[in-house]
Amino acid sequence: MDFHGEKPIYLQIADVFCENILSGSLKADERIPSVREYGADIGVNPNTVMRVYEKLTADGIIYNKRGIGYFVSADARDKILEAQRADFLEKEVPAIKRKMELLGLDAKIFN
Amino acid sequence: MIQVKDLSFNYGSKKVLKNISMELKGGNIYGLLGENGVGKTTLLTLLCGLKKPLTGTIDTDGRNPFDRQPSLLAEQFYLPDEVSPVRYKAIDFGRENGALWPRFDFNKYLAILTEFEVDSIQRMDSMSAGQLKKTWIAFALACNARHYFMDEPTNGLDIPSKSQFRKAIMKYTCEDSAIVISTHQVRDLEEIIDPIIILDKEDVLLNASLETITRKLFFDYGNQIHADALYLEHTPSGAIQVYPNSTGEESKVNLEALFNAVHSHKDIIKALFA
Repeated sequence: MDFHGEKPIYLQIADVFCENILSGSLKADERIPSVREYGADIGVNPNTVMRVYEKLTADGIIYNKRGIGYFVSADARDKILEAQRADFLEKEVPAIKRKMELLGLDAKIFN
Repeated sequence: MIQVKDLSFNYGSKKVLKNISMELKGGNIYGLLGENGVGKTTLLTLLCGLKKPLTGTIDTDGRNPFDRQPSLLAEQFYLPDEVSPVRYKAIDFGRENGALWPRFDFNKYLAILTEFEVDSIQRMDSMSAGQLKKTWIAFALACNARHYFMDEPTNGLDIPSKSQFRKAIMKYTCEDSAIVISTHQVRDLEEIIDPIIILDKEDVLLNASLETITRKLFFDYGNQIHADALYLEHTPSGAIQVYPNSTGEESKVNLEALFNAVHSHKDIIKALFA
């Protein structure tokens, strides 16, 4: 995996999981690889992968079946969409607005 | 667990390590960083019992590595920076020397050699530096040791081999292994080493997990210059600055910038991580 930008690597990996769930390549109740398996797959320290899984669990996107592994939550897709929509409205929309003002553009460009 | 307490070591009258203390816990891949000559290799050889501490103690799961009890030797592997070009074919080297490690797995050795694209019937003294290093890494991992001490393992590896190494180190070691990798090639290993140990002459400047590091320090990749930055470097894509994390916001650790920040502000860093 190639990491770039300023985001901590564990958040970048979490984003990849979310993308895969949104695109349907990871489905509800599908088992995801163990921490070590996934670390070995992508060449990343297990501590980092553990933080990814902890964050996704806290966000309700995956769940842990004790002794069996991690699975994609039934409502993972909805949760991700909800979070990403909120994030888009909160951060990206104001940034786009500012840029449009700066460039002297108005909402007509979206038509 | 490996506990190092007040460890000192001299080469004749030349002091190398002085009063070094640290704890190395199973389940971690430690990155051991430090400038040339601070004693990284010396520390690794002390940890695996090849040298006798001048003062202080090393306790590996209740045993002293310098006693070289076979039961402990079976559980550890030291991979030096320069590996020996022995006059064996890789396959025979595994068969002969694997016997010294009771958990050596010959099939695993062959599997890793294949994964590393090393020809197992080639003689090791006729291999390129990279092929030879990969053969030794394959052998090391096939020994199924618990503690690994690796000195600059990516030296001499070509670009695809570095990625193979990163994956193999996780795939072929057990979960409770304590692995210590010394390196100057931080970019090769940035994603697999955590915690980070920064060794200095006669001191340990830092021994902290990446999570702790991101909590204590902020890595700013923006172009707005901060007066209180511990470290500032201009790069083609902008600046990298390191300063104490006051907001709790998380950033991506840049190990080179971390190393430089730690080195230029030893006291601030020690106080911050105390």
